[in-house]
Amino acid sequence: MQGKALEWAYEIEGKDFRNAGKVSSKVKEILKELGFDPAFVRGVAIASYEAEMNVVCHAEKGTLHFAILPEALKIVVEDQGPGIPDIALAMQEGYSTAPAEIREMGFGAGMGLPNMKKNTDELNIASTVGKGTVVEMVIRPPLPRE
Amino acid sequence: MKLTELIRELALTVRSADKGLDREVKGGYASDLLSDVMAHSKEGDIWVTIQGHPNVVAVATLRDLAGIILANGRQPDAETVQRAEEEGVPILCTPLPTYEIVGRLYRLGIHGQD
Repeated sequence: MQGKALEWAYEIEGKDFRNAGKVSSKVKEILKELGFDPAFVRGVAIASYEAEMNVVCHAEKGTLHFAILPEALKIVVEDQGPGIPDIALAMQEGYSTAPAEIREMGFGAGMGLPNMKKNTDELNIASTVGKGTVVEMVIRPPLPRE
Repeated sequence: MKLTELIRELALTVRSADKGLDREVKGGYASDLLSDVMAHSKEGDIWVTIQGHPNVVAVATLRDLAGIILANGRQPDAETVQRAEEEGVPILCTPLPTYEIVGRLYRLGIHGQD
């Protein structure tokens, strides 16, 4: 890692279904190029995609910060949006506030946050109704890297 | 089984990424909920869905799926085709409904679980 912090930040536009998923593809591409274990990369891609899609489906805009730390990988997604009034309820599988037109596309199944939970070692959500949400995910690779 | 064999056996129409058809299909998954596919599909799966919008390409790419079969005569949006070409994701179409095409895939040895 040459002592250099590996950090990236990508903008996510709300309601921009055209480009949805591109940020997570970038994250996946970077990890793949750095030689991380494919199963680990897929897990990160799922968590990143779900966080990205939450911004696209619910928020006005957001940013995905992605950092490779010595022991783990950290993804922080912050958005300007409606916020989550009841995080425990939102964590329940099957619970969704997505509108009908988004559900018709196959989103809003209420699996986003549970999928993030399953594919991360730490998931912290802080939200202010009417302002936005910050999702912090820590994912540890299966083996320590050189 | 390779995608090319599936295309021949099941008379699928190729709509994108005709250079990626040499890929081996390891299994299959059928669902129209994208998060469900993200959570439960496996690398090398063929994915059967009726969703033809561009986001299916992102899911297939992120999950390393072998390709997408659009069932029930559904056609991909023009933008979906464009993104699929860029990402090299084969999109195949069939007039058959999901249940029927999945049954035929299974009969060809494409299973959902080991």
